[in-house]
Amino acid sequence: MQTPTELKYAKTHEWLKDDGTVGITDFAQDQLGDVVYVELPEVGREVTAGEAVAVVESVKTASDIYAPASGTIVAVNDALSGSPELVNSGPYADGWLFRIENPEPADDLLSAEEYTESAQ
Amino acid sequence: MTQATETPLKRTPLHAAHLRAGARMVPFGGWEMPVQYAGVRAEHDAVRTRAGVFDVSHMGEFRVQGPDAERFLQHVTTNDVSKLRPGRGQYNWLPNDSGGLVDDIYIYRVGEQEFLMVVNASNVGKDWAHLQSQTAGYDVELTDESDRWGLLAVQGPQAEALLQPHIDVDLAARKKNAFFPAKLFGFDVFLARTGYTGEDGFEIFTDAGEAETVWDKLLAVGFTPAGLGARDTLRLEAGFPLYGHEFADDIHPLASTYSWVVKDKAHLGREHISLAPPVRLIGLALERVPVREGYPVLLKGERVGHVTSGTSSPTLGHPIAMALVRGDASTADAYEVEVRGKAHAARRMELPFYRRA
Repeated sequence: MQTPTELKYAKTHEWLKDDGTVGITDFAQDQLGDVVYVELPEVGREVTAGEAVAVVESVKTASDIYAPASGTIVAVNDALSGSPELVNSGPYADGWLFRIENPEPADDLLSAEEYTESAQ
Repeated sequence: MTQATETPLKRTPLHAAHLRAGARMVPFGGWEMPVQYAGVRAEHDAVRTRAGVFDVSHMGEFRVQGPDAERFLQHVTTNDVSKLRPGRGQYNWLPNDSGGLVDDIYIYRVGEQEFLMVVNASNVGKDWAHLQSQTAGYDVELTDESDRWGLLAVQGPQAEALLQPHIDVDLAARKKNAFFPAKLFGFDVFLARTGYTGEDGFEIFTDAGEAETVWDKLLAVGFTPAGLGARDTLRLEAGFPLYGHEFADDIHPLASTYSWVVKDKAHLGREHISLAPPVRLIGLALERVPVREGYPVLLKGERVGHVTSGTSSPTLGHPIAMALVRGDASTADAYEVEVRGKAHAARRMELPFYRRA
């Protein structure tokens, strides 16, 4: 399981980069299995840390994705509409979900080490 | 101090084998079962193109025997058991006396006065109590053999070819619904040419103590282990209703497209089943967004029913669903399904969604 050390992690399996980019972890995509559909928030939407803002669907289930930071959605990964499987193949790269401008991270985000421990 | 007690999940004889194969185990109908090994899509494709093996040991087996065995089964089921010759199997229903189903089952005729009934895992206790309550006036003996049997389902276009070198009967001569004893890898088993995936295949009844060895040998000769996830996408593509979703104690069974399971004979619940069902089961196809059980189905903006099972079809490449809709709203070509508060177009698709060539 990959857990890049430069990212912060929510217990609900989202990652947050300093620039506000958000995705789901390698652990989460592996648990979900084949991702077949991703519903992303609208650009311009104000979100609050902890709020359900997106949905990732695998063959079997739909999973809510929670904002790991408060702020305004300024970009979403349009490539996922045609290729949702990017979430499986590159959860920290091409499979990113959305970007929050001037993110105010939630208080309880974890380091890579803490997340790895909690996800075991 | 009171403490909540939880019934521990039951394990099949293959539990250790599943862990060895890398399965992700989940609770299912009171059992701890593998939902997937390599991944739902890979397992689904293996069954559609080659052959997979499923552990279905969690299902229940009841033996029904005695001079009145046939007459008893004619009373408690809707299909015509008298048409069943020894060595043949039949899909059947256990109706209740108020217009729903206790369970959907398979019955195999072992001998003139002996049958083996296979029931859904989550219904074993309910079915057993129901059948016991109906025995008055019948010289019949029921035995719950659920713990005695391991049950493995091998399914896929190559299932017969992969089994044939390791079994002492000519499989090509055994037609659909045949039920027969055989020696497989040297073990005494019974096979039934049935299944729940829309593919050709067999269900293998083994002694519970020998199930793990048989499973390991099946993997060794090329069967891909497949879990509950693939079982669900395969059965949904094949349009097979699933108890607890399309069937239930309070769903009129003729809502499904399986009216052939009810034959013209006296049986429990007949007067209710003969009434027209208030809802109908339909198939829906969507463009992109998967729809799940419970999502509302709309016709011209009005709610007319709900999704009973939904998934993204690996074979067809788009989402599919079965839904129960009001009878008077069941013949339209275009519906909408409400997903997280937003309506998405769904077109009517004939069941089954997939039929093997």
